[in-house]
Amino acid sequence: MFRSLFRRRSLFSPSPIGMAVSYLVLGMWTLVVLFPLYWLVVTSFKLPIDVNQGPFYLPFVDFKPSLHAWQYILVGDLSNDTLRNYANTVIVALTSASLALLLGTAAAYGLTRFTYRPRLGAILTFIGCVALAVVAVTLGVPWQIAIVVGLALFVLLLRTVGRRFGRAMGNNDIAFWLISQRMLPPVAVVLPIYVLFQRLHLLDTRSALIITYLAVNLPIVVWLMRDYFQSIPIELEECAAIDGASRYRIFWSVVLPLSVPGLVATFLFVLVFAWNEYLLALFLSGSRAQTLPLTVAAQNATRGPQWWYMSVLILIMIIPVIAIAIALERYIARGLLVGAIKG
Amino acid sequence: MQVERQPQSLSRSEADREATPSNGRWHRLRARAERLAGNVFILPAVLVVLFLSIFPLIISLYMSLARLKFVKGGFEIKFVGLANYKKLLAGSEQTHFLGAMAGPSPVGWLVFGAVVVLLLLSLVRYARNRSVSAGGIVGRVVSVVMVSLGVWLLVRTLGPGGRPGTMVVTWIYVFVGVTVQYLLGLGLALLTTQHLPGRRFFRVIFLLPMMIKPVGMAYTFRMLTDADKGPFQPIWQALGLGLYSWVNVPWGARAAVMFSDIWQWTPFLFIVLLAALESQSVEQVEAALVDGANRWQIFWHITVPAILPVSTTLVLIRMIEAFKIVDLPNVLTNGGPGTATESLTLQAFISWRALDLGGSAAIAYSLLFVVTFVGMSYVNLIRRRVTEE
Repeated sequence: MFRSLFRRRSLFSPSPIGMAVSYLVLGMWTLVVLFPLYWLVVTSFKLPIDVNQGPFYLPFVDFKPSLHAWQYILVGDLSNDTLRNYANTVIVALTSASLALLLGTAAAYGLTRFTYRPRLGAILTFIGCVALAVVAVTLGVPWQIAIVVGLALFVLLLRTVGRRFGRAMGNNDIAFWLISQRMLPPVAVVLPIYVLFQRLHLLDTRSALIITYLAVNLPIVVWLMRDYFQSIPIELEECAAIDGASRYRIFWSVVLPLSVPGLVATFLFVLVFAWNEYLLALFLSGSRAQTLPLTVAAQNATRGPQWWYMSVLILIMIIPVIAIAIALERYIARGLLVGAIKG
Repeated sequence: MQVERQPQSLSRSEADREATPSNGRWHRLRARAERLAGNVFILPAVLVVLFLSIFPLIISLYMSLARLKFVKGGFEIKFVGLANYKKLLAGSEQTHFLGAMAGPSPVGWLVFGAVVVLLLLSLVRYARNRSVSAGGIVGRVVSVVMVSLGVWLLVRTLGPGGRPGTMVVTWIYVFVGVTVQYLLGLGLALLTTQHLPGRRFFRVIFLLPMMIKPVGMAYTFRMLTDADKGPFQPIWQALGLGLYSWVNVPWGARAAVMFSDIWQWTPFLFIVLLAALESQSVEQVEAALVDGANRWQIFWHITVPAILPVSTTLVLIRMIEAFKIVDLPNVLTNGGPGTATESLTLQAFISWRALDLGGSAAIAYSLLFVVTFVGMSYVNLIRRRVTEE
């Protein structure tokens, strides 16, 4: 009875005992989350000798903090590298994440509200033509010619052979195909992608990284957003359509504003991926387009890991993302759908 | 205009009607744009992914059937057929890849028998109850055979006398990691949707680990797990493990990798589940409260169905990513002790560094095969049932 009183007062508000337990659990996980970060901060103020002599926990008590690592990274020897890579990271991550969100949500919307029936025959023809083009390029044919010939062959075959196969794929098959592009481990992918961008003369440019991250992130955006769109009541879109809005208009002004929580969560995820990606960046960038994770890994030098520099770099690398996360968190708020249907 | 599941034909007829001559050019244009909407929405994404995926896919398939050989003045790529795969599955790399086999223990036999019986029962149930299609029955038979083989491998390598190879270790990472991360993420998301003072503080804090993966994260945990200079050194010392370096114990090292993985990935599941929980219809919950439903009933009948589609997607994405785990074991333990923490991708990475490109591609393709199989079974048997009722 006592508990039901409490429950009625407001939605999901816990009883005192439940509250205590909640705080206990949340507090414990907070400790687990914060301790490694605390250790990073502390290490960034340590002299090498303080790190190597064993664990010291509290600055001023256990050891005398020093700014030497911060100085080295930000104004000292490494500052030029750091700032250039910092700019690269920001540009590459923001651009690719925004593009992935835009293209990905559009595709996800298409997959939830339209029916696609790509013919199996057409797909097989296409794959065959691409394989032919790849073989031609490896045999020494210039890639421009290979692409043109491949395309021409595809159009030609599509008119004749491709139509014969009656079997078609559905939306779910497209979605699964998209996500299956993430299944091959990056190790197997980097070398062909390297060759691809070399042929396109895009190596060591930000565009190469942006395109790659875009392609890597798109399937995840599509899958996450598809579920959010499915949970949006279709009546709203019907109302907008009756009022004469076009499909693009409905997508942009009705559907997107309603899925802000999902958009924010997805954006954060793809942003963080592009921000921290290592292996692809290692291959696709020389000196000009390097990103920060490469600088971090470079601190694991032949003299052993330079923990103090590494800590500073990791910290300055994550601070902007944390700021973005804090700024966006409030959009994952309750009740965006409430009242939308009534109104 | 009606927006429906199959609106393309509908919108087409509607658009045609709109495009009467009197409406002029603008309307014709608009009608055409409207007709093409379906393609406009999906094609950019598909083309970008296609552009970057098909080329690597074909090249690495070919590489997995070939061997890189250094000859005078360069290298040549020699076609060797299935030799790379044979080496992994039955040849010199078998103990590394699959593990050292031992005869299953009695418990192993029991587990294997139980799993096989359960799988066969579900197959029989499917054949009897539902409308059986040829594709469905073939797919299920293949699934049963593959899962049985997997379990057979598990009981033989994890039992006494056996040693798990990279394949089995990867399965362990995936299974333990995904399960714990999902449950933890859901629990934390549920706790922070309550009306607790300060819940926004917790939400922001819980997102933090997501920001420093994978490289920075791996190095941070290498600092933390250092038994000599790390912060937990007094604890290891008190347990008598100080100089013994607990990371030298296979399961200790694996636990370190899994814990770091959980630390780093729980926020992703947390934030997406949080967004899903926050988007669920409040009116439904209010109505249920008025009708006198208790917390558990609300959770089970309203919340779970609302977050189930997102959950299945999350588990799928997380599973695919977990199969590719490489940074953590690489930086944290370097795959050691021995090959105890080596994942499939790490093995591919190591043999790739040793310029065994063919072997590396073969490992990558084996992984692709396993993930595709797991993913397809998952989508067909679980996700489809959940999302399409």
